[in-house]
Amino acid sequence: MYRLGATQRRTETFQELIKSLVLAPVRKLHRMGEQIPEQEEFWALQDISFEVGQGDVIGIIGRNGAGKSTLLKVLSRIVEPTRGQVLLRGRVASLLEVGTGFHPELTGRENIYLNGSILGMKRREIESKFDEIVSFAEVEKFLDTPVKRYSSGMYVRLAFAVAAHLEPEILIVDEVLAVGDAEFQKKCLGKMREVAQGGSGRTVVFVSHNMAAVHALCKTALMLQKGRLVAIGPVGDIVQRYLAASVEGERNSIEAKRPMGAPVWFRRAEVFSAEAVGRPIRMGDELTLRIHFGADPAIRMPRFGWVLSDSLGTRLVGANNRYQADAPLERPARAGIISCRLGMVPLMPGRYQISLWIGNDAADSHILLDSLQFEVVAHDLWGQAKTPPLGSSALWWPATFEIEHDTQTAPALGG
Amino acid sequence: MTFPAENPVVDPSPTTTAERVNPQSHQTSVPQAGGGSGHVSVIRARRGWIAVDWAELWEHRELLGFLVQRDIKVRYKQTVLGVAWAVLQPVFAMLIFTLIFGRFAKIPSEDVPYAVFVYAGLLPWTFFSTSVTQAAQSLISQEALLTKIYLPRLFVPAAPVGGALVDLSISFGVFAVLMVWYQQVPGWGIVFLPLLVLMTVVAALGVGLMLAALTVSYRDFRFVVPFMMQVWMYASPVIYPVKLVPEEYRWVLALNPLGGIIDGFRAALLDRPFDLPTLGVSAASSVGVFLLGMFYFRKMERRFADIA
Repeated sequence: MYRLGATQRRTETFQELIKSLVLAPVRKLHRMGEQIPEQEEFWALQDISFEVGQGDVIGIIGRNGAGKSTLLKVLSRIVEPTRGQVLLRGRVASLLEVGTGFHPELTGRENIYLNGSILGMKRREIESKFDEIVSFAEVEKFLDTPVKRYSSGMYVRLAFAVAAHLEPEILIVDEVLAVGDAEFQKKCLGKMREVAQGGSGRTVVFVSHNMAAVHALCKTALMLQKGRLVAIGPVGDIVQRYLAASVEGERNSIEAKRPMGAPVWFRRAEVFSAEAVGRPIRMGDELTLRIHFGADPAIRMPRFGWVLSDSLGTRLVGANNRYQADAPLERPARAGIISCRLGMVPLMPGRYQISLWIGNDAADSHILLDSLQFEVVAHDLWGQAKTPPLGSSALWWPATFEIEHDTQTAPALGG
Repeated sequence: MTFPAENPVVDPSPTTTAERVNPQSHQTSVPQAGGGSGHVSVIRARRGWIAVDWAELWEHRELLGFLVQRDIKVRYKQTVLGVAWAVLQPVFAMLIFTLIFGRFAKIPSEDVPYAVFVYAGLLPWTFFSTSVTQAAQSLISQEALLTKIYLPRLFVPAAPVGGALVDLSISFGVFAVLMVWYQQVPGWGIVFLPLLVLMTVVAALGVGLMLAALTVSYRDFRFVVPFMMQVWMYASPVIYPVKLVPEEYRWVLALNPLGGIIDGFRAALLDRPFDLPTLGVSAASSVGVFLLGMFYFRKMERRFADIA
């Protein structure tokens, strides 16, 4: 539980602490006769009771802010619950991030031991798995090189390899699969499946935005909504329910607040069809993504990126001005608007969501995952009274087809 | 998360408002925890002061070892002079102090050369201040260890203290050379040295844990700690002998754990009588600081992941 009202009086810095100590009696005087405002309480999770049997692989799904991460953090003992209890039978390991505790100055070998130990492995366990880890990560040649010299791919492979060789009785995994190149992701998914279905009797709790991954790995799923458990059952049913629920909430525009301490943040974001604002987006429409940002200190060039994914969470396309050479503002500003013209995005009819990132040159400071959600409706672009069949491909490409005679071969075929 | 039926702790009627799409599917709990380690843990809210979980610390003792190793390896890895810094830092401090306080200010040094006298004081002091400064930073510089994983968090600020022990042993080597140079011989008191080192470790852990927890909540402590260490050094008998303090006020000095520790180091290394009352009060205050630090850390630990 988090006390929202209390944040105003939470002392962030020492200076405020001292000030609040000094002012406390004064404040008390002020309060006399005046009604004390009620603290607004926010329960990140409530009324969540479920059991997972030994050897079960359960997926936790839900929108952003549904409480998935908090649930994982409670299960992993990172955050202590305000109320309620969790009973765990067996050794627990949690993977909320790969490579936690990796030190760039240390060599691959040293980091395997350090990270393994941080994840809860015993020295002997790490020693016995050492060769497997190294060959899985494909870093044999660089074992004694500091990992800061590794390519990002190598780094992630090594980090995942250590984690993949954990053998706890209960494994708690957050979307760590979203790392590395496509080939390595496949390998990770394979390893996860091996862990989940290898008859090892291992219990796995898996959280993801990617419905395809949840579907592939889990037998059971659990759906959270606004901190409450709304459904639990076979993965197929729950994923269906989740997808149906997301259709209800189309959000072509959203408002956002500044995260604490963020130098650059989103104030508003919207996606619309350039042809007609406010009309449903149709196949073949030119899309525009527009964001309003705030910045403190003022900035000339916020770095803004987006990724568009389909309803299953598969990332389709994206762009980021961090890697492009667009002109910055003439002078630093504390607020501004960025319009990103996507042009004609060849989307098939269906549900789509856009994740947004913004920050300065150093780092992203505000991330809104799958925050914009919109529907693309079928549209008879060619006046043929026909549209491409759904599910034939993720994107419909605006290709042109030219046909001509083959004068060379035609005579031979008797044409 | 198997809840075997025979487990007495399980609430038999979990109240849930959840709609169960297929209640059978998830009740496949295996009746006996076959193959399990029998390791059962309960996560629930706790209030007030929380006892230190010694069993857990013992179970994960290897992790502390790895963290200490990392600190040692990393500390001098990118420096040109490497481990030589562990020698140079106290040696330079000794040279400067000898020049300023020994030569110019003529602070008495109890019949031993001022250089030896001040170095014997710098041994525990440098260890203490390095440990505390690094312990205080340890949590905020490794946020991921708080927010991305669960581990016995006491180890994170404890590791730099272990790392500083290595520096301390190198400093002891330098001190031995110094003793030979000035032709000084330690007395029988040197057998108590390990105890004194232990006392320093205990005090450093206590202060380090406390400051680490405070730094997570109040980032200002990043600036407070170095300043505090500077003041603390002059409040400790590093550059002056305890005897300089009038006897009736000596207990005040002894309340500072470093007061008795530094005096004890000199007694053990330079063959002079132990000031037992001072040492006793400092030992007690070391243990007091240690307990306070431990329990404060445990109390604050619950909120670390939320505020880090």
